[in-house]
Amino acid sequence: MAIIFYISSAVAVLSTVMVITRMNAVHALLYLIVSLLSVAVIFFTLGAPFIGALEVIIYAGAIMVLFVFVMMMLNMGKKAAELESSWVNPRMYVGPAILAAILGIELVYMLASGSNRAAGFEMVGPKAVGIGLYSSYLVGLELAGMLLLAGLVGAFHLGRRDED
Amino acid sequence: MINLDWSALTAIGILLGVFTLAPGLIWLERRLLALWQDRYGPNRVGPFGIFQVIADMIKIFFKEDWIPPFADKFVFFIAPGIIMLTVLMSFAVIPIAPGIGVMDINVGVLFFLAMSSLGAYSVVLGGWSSNNKYSLLGGLRAASQMISYEVFMGLSLLGVVAMAGSFNLREIVNAQAGMWNIVPQFFGFVVFTVAGLAEMHRLPFDIPEAESELVAGFHSEYSGMKFGMFFVGEYIGIVLISAVITTFFLGGWHGPFLPPLVWFFIKLFAFICFFILLRASLPRPRFDQLMSWGWKLMLPLAILNLVVTGAVLLAVRQGH
Repeated sequence: MAIIFYISSAVAVLSTVMVITRMNAVHALLYLIVSLLSVAVIFFTLGAPFIGALEVIIYAGAIMVLFVFVMMMLNMGKKAAELESSWVNPRMYVGPAILAAILGIELVYMLASGSNRAAGFEMVGPKAVGIGLYSSYLVGLELAGMLLLAGLVGAFHLGRRDED
Repeated sequence: MINLDWSALTAIGILLGVFTLAPGLIWLERRLLALWQDRYGPNRVGPFGIFQVIADMIKIFFKEDWIPPFADKFVFFIAPGIIMLTVLMSFAVIPIAPGIGVMDINVGVLFFLAMSSLGAYSVVLGGWSSNNKYSLLGGLRAASQMISYEVFMGLSLLGVVAMAGSFNLREIVNAQAGMWNIVPQFFGFVVFTVAGLAEMHRLPFDIPEAESELVAGFHSEYSGMKFGMFFVGEYIGIVLISAVITTFFLGGWHGPFLPPLVWFFIKLFAFICFFILLRASLPRPRFDQLMSWGWKLMLPLAILNLVVTGAVLLAVRQGH
C-alpha cells in the first residue's frame, strides 16, 4: 500500500506543477483532473474509499466538467496563451515559492526527526462517515449546508432574467 | 492462487462478453428498428444479415485514421479512449451472478457514479479538441446535459441504497430477494432510467449529436476507429445502463426456476430491447426542454422519493 501511496503522491505533485506551468487553459485543467484523481487514489490507500469515491464524483466528475465547460465557452486560443505569458513575470513566483519552501523545510524536518507516523490503515466505510457527519460534526455540516444554500440563492439572483 | 485465477478468468470473460455483446447489439438494433418501422434492415450479409456488423467492422478498421490539422492533437486522440475506459471500468462492479463479477467493493454504487461522471469528459473534450463550431456546440450541450442528469441519477439511487443499507451492489441485489426494488422504488426507477438515457446521450436524448442541427455534434471530425470507439462506447453504455437497472431495480440474478445467470441475461436483454424501442418511437426533445424537465421535474421527484423512503424506513425500523 505504501508504494501505491508514494506513486500517486508523486503523480499528484507532478500534475499540479503541470497545471501551473501550462499556458493552454484546457490542458492545465486536464492536469488538474489528473491531480484530483491521484488524490482520490491516496484516499483509497489511506482506507477512506467513501471520500475517495466522492472526490472523483464531485471534484473530478462534476466541478471540473463545469470548469472545462466555461473554458470551452470562452474558447481561448493561441492569442490568450500569448497574452497570459506576457502577464506572468518571474517575480510573481517569489512569494509563493518562499511559502512553499517553508512547508518543504517542515516536511524534511519531520521526515528527518522520525516523528512522522503513517496514517492509520483503518477502513472508514460509508456508514462511519455518515454517522460521524450527523453526530460529532453536525454543526460543521449545517454551516456548510447554509453556505451552499447562500451560494445557490446568490447564483439564482445573478442568473435571473429581468422580466421588465 | 486458485482464487486469483478464477477472478482473472471471470474478468476476462466479462470483458470479452461485453465486447461481443456490443457489436451484436448494433445488428439487433438495426433489425429491431427496421421491424418497428416496417422495413427490412440489414438482411444481405449472412443469415438474417448478422455478418453485416463484421463487414462494417472490417471497413472501419481499414478507414484512414485522420486527425484534422486544426485539432488539438493530444486531446483529440485521448477523448475516444476515455469513454471506452470508463464504461468498461463500470462493468467491474456489476454482480452478474453469485460468484461472478470482477470486484466486490464497499462503495460499488459510488464507483459506478464516479465512472459515469468521468465519462462526460470524453464527449466534452472530443467536442472541444475538434476545433469546429458544431463539435464545440455538441460538447457544450453534452457537458450541461451530463452534469445535470448525473445529479438525479445519484439521488434516485439513494433510495435503493437506503433500503439495502449498503453501497455494495451484491448486498443491494441480495436485499431484493423478497421483492424487487422496482415496486417500492418505482419513482427512483423512472428517474434513473431517464437519467441513464441522458447520461449515455442515447436517443431520444442524443442532443449532443443531433444530426439534424449539428452535423454529427461532438464527433463530427472523427473518422475511422476513433469514431468507432465513440460508437461502440455508446452501445456498451446501453448494455451498462441495462445491467445497472437490472441490478438496482429488478433484483439482479433473482428469479424463480431458471439459474441466476439466465435470469440476469433475460432482464438485461429486455431492457436493451426497451431502449431500442424508445429510440424507434420517441422524438428528440429540444435542448431547453430537456434541461427544464431535468431540474423542474426529475430533481424534485428524486428528492421526494428519497425523503419518503427515508421516512418509511425510519417508521418501520422503529416499529420493530
